[in-house]
Amino acid sequence: MFGYYLQLAWRSLGRNRVLTTLMVLALALGIGACITTLTVLRLLSGDPLPGRSAQLYYPQVDPYPKDGYVPGQSKPQENLTWVDANNLFEAHRAPRQALVALGSAKIQPHDAGGRPFFGDAVMATAEFLPMVGAPFRYGSAWSADDDTAGARVVVIADFLNQKLFGGANSVGRTVRLNGNDFRVVGVLGHFSPQPRFYAINIGRSYGDGDGVFLPLRAARATEMAPTNISCWAAGDIEHLETAPCMWLGLWVELPDAAAVANYQRFLDGYVREQVAQGRFHRTDTALPDLMQWLRNEQVVPDDARLQAGLAFGFLLICVTNTIGLLLAKCLRRSREIGVRRALGATRGAIFGQFMVEAAIVGLAGGLLGLVFAEAGLWGIRHQPAEYASLARLDLSMFAFTFVVALASALVAGLLPAWRACVVAPAPQLKSS
Amino acid sequence: MEIGPILASLRKHRIPALLIVLEIALACAVLCNAVFMIGARAGEIRLSDAIDEQGLSVVTLTGADPERASSEIPRNLDALRRIPGVQAVAVLNTMPLSGNGWNVNFTTRPDMKPTDKGSINSNIYLMSEGADRALGLRLKQGRMFGSEDYASSTMGATFAPETHVAIVSERLAGRLWPGQSALGRKMYMDKYWYQVVGVVADVLRPTRAGAGLPGIYDTVFFPMQPTDVLNYYVLRSAPADRDRVARQAEDTLARLDPGAVAEGKTFVDMRGDFFSGASSMVWMLVLVCVVMLAVTAFGIVGLTSFWVAQRRRQIGIRRAVGARRGHILSYFRTENFLLSAAGVALGMVLAFGINLYLMQHYEVDRMPWYYLPGGAIALWLLGQAAVYGPAHRAAMVPPVEATRSG
Repeated sequence: MFGYYLQLAWRSLGRNRVLTTLMVLALALGIGACITTLTVLRLLSGDPLPGRSAQLYYPQVDPYPKDGYVPGQSKPQENLTWVDANNLFEAHRAPRQALVALGSAKIQPHDAGGRPFFGDAVMATAEFLPMVGAPFRYGSAWSADDDTAGARVVVIADFLNQKLFGGANSVGRTVRLNGNDFRVVGVLGHFSPQPRFYAINIGRSYGDGDGVFLPLRAARATEMAPTNISCWAAGDIEHLETAPCMWLGLWVELPDAAAVANYQRFLDGYVREQVAQGRFHRTDTALPDLMQWLRNEQVVPDDARLQAGLAFGFLLICVTNTIGLLLAKCLRRSREIGVRRALGATRGAIFGQFMVEAAIVGLAGGLLGLVFAEAGLWGIRHQPAEYASLARLDLSMFAFTFVVALASALVAGLLPAWRACVVAPAPQLKSS
Repeated sequence: MEIGPILASLRKHRIPALLIVLEIALACAVLCNAVFMIGARAGEIRLSDAIDEQGLSVVTLTGADPERASSEIPRNLDALRRIPGVQAVAVLNTMPLSGNGWNVNFTTRPDMKPTDKGSINSNIYLMSEGADRALGLRLKQGRMFGSEDYASSTMGATFAPETHVAIVSERLAGRLWPGQSALGRKMYMDKYWYQVVGVVADVLRPTRAGAGLPGIYDTVFFPMQPTDVLNYYVLRSAPADRDRVARQAEDTLARLDPGAVAEGKTFVDMRGDFFSGASSMVWMLVLVCVVMLAVTAFGIVGLTSFWVAQRRRQIGIRRAVGARRGHILSYFRTENFLLSAAGVALGMVLAFGINLYLMQHYEVDRMPWYYLPGGAIALWLLGQAAVYGPAHRAAMVPPVEATRSG
């Protein structure tokens, strides 16, 4: 029976080529727009560390003065001061934890005459790279002893290793950063979490990974400045460790709900203690997990979400359009339906026949929509946005395209198919 | 034109009629909001900026030795000044639309803290002597900085300049002291105070920090001696020379300081980079609107053609009993007009609702009322254009059709 429906549908679609082309084209455009924008949206709101993000938490406190404070109406700050970051870090209340700040490093190539260039630098403590699961090609991360000793060691990214050392094992060699020599202890494999969760509050949320990762104390000893400094009073920014300025993030690994509850208690206790000492005046704290933190920071650009909404509206118009055209076709075939009914076809059979026709339109629309989506993503890759180069169709979106296409076509086919199957055979036969 | 028979006939084809109404309504709602957003983005891209954007080139010099800034900056400026075609040069801590913000909260009372809600977040521009000429700042009130102001202003250990004079933008002056003259007034930041000596026409900020788009002109200028925080070299030339000047200036600075990284650009390119996201959004919206209108139009053509085909006999009968071609034509046009009218009525309500939703969840303003009738007229015209073909074909149906059996 199914084969017969296919044959009927094929013939019916072929009979009115212009109308069929219109339906398929409209549906394909709607689907193409939807898949393009959804791919971008998924890319932007993705999980930077699949499998690990649920255990990473970001403690926040509020060291602001009392002025203008209305309890319950303010949110804790994005970053920590050096003092608070170190107090919380030294308490070691989580199995693993790391301080992190983003800076930039002037990198001097070894070859004579090579022009220096700037790269993003991550200043962190020893457990940062292991905790976020960064893969090592050569060597390993530095140790906690290196942290305290202020050892001038560095882990470099694969692309920087390629650029400076031609991709060879460079462990033990030196890299000149901001005029100081650092010894390479590790070379990363491909490591580029998207969004760059540790760098989002400086507005560079997506894009290439960072060039160098180095111990926080050693970096600060060479006067590497954090990119994001936020001060609530005039402070000496040459000596950030004592200034009323926030510039550090703390990531803690909390394996289960009990650990999270414990850490939250510890954090609240810490803030109460600071209030009692007169250092703090505001008691708000927060402990979002990584994905929640990304949502709080609204890392996904509004434009991406607006575009997805717009594309969805467009698809809705296309589906309405397809319903109308399918309906027109089906009403025109009332006589054919009447004849089939009179010859014994059940309502279900008529319904099935029209749904098969709709499904064919859907599949064709999906196939063409995929072409449009690829074209759309190609267009996005040539935009100057920082995430542009990442916009690619993956296998799941590929499959999703067909789900959307079939679903839209079947929804579009429902009404016409229903109208078709309720056609009363007698009047149709009579009228001729 | 009698609309009674049209309504009667539409009642017989309730579902196709409803679909056309729905499609027009959706298209109208999307069109109004999309055009409104296009307008907002285009306005953003064209934000005015009271500097000589067309003639400016900017070179950033990063990674220079901070200890030698006081001697190297004058040397660099001298070398840049000698580039042919350069009319003025200066150096600042950042530039409009550069993305590198220096955001400071100012208050108008000494007892108010920067964290207080009443403080206003502004960008500070620290400029070397001659920057007013190099940028092309337009003085509106008061005076520019004098040589003694530049000589006495330094950077201390904090991010605030050690000086007591400031020039504010017109917009910021109005926000800090609404309805009063800003000249001679003091603005405060923690323990620092600055007296306003001049007001300049509105210059853009480097970023969208602070109050976002409404605060994009909140800028303060301070004089500054040559110090290491000044690393945006700005050169003014005739617009025709700017590309060459930007290139030559980059080479000059790279040669003078091989240990630092110099990067030259025209200001026009900086503006393009800053608004690249907005302009690709505009193009995307335009594209979707055009395709959407095309799809809607073809939908109307498809359904009306079907109707015409179905009613050939009735049309023939009408022609046979005396209706002219014009009557048939106007029948289908009126029918489409009625459907469009219902569609845009629904669409305007929908458009208004979508705008309310967007206002709540996104940085979108209230849509001015005239977008609604504008969208309605656009779709009504589209409907009339789309129906013309099928209606024309209907008008061509010969009266003899009445005698043929359907």
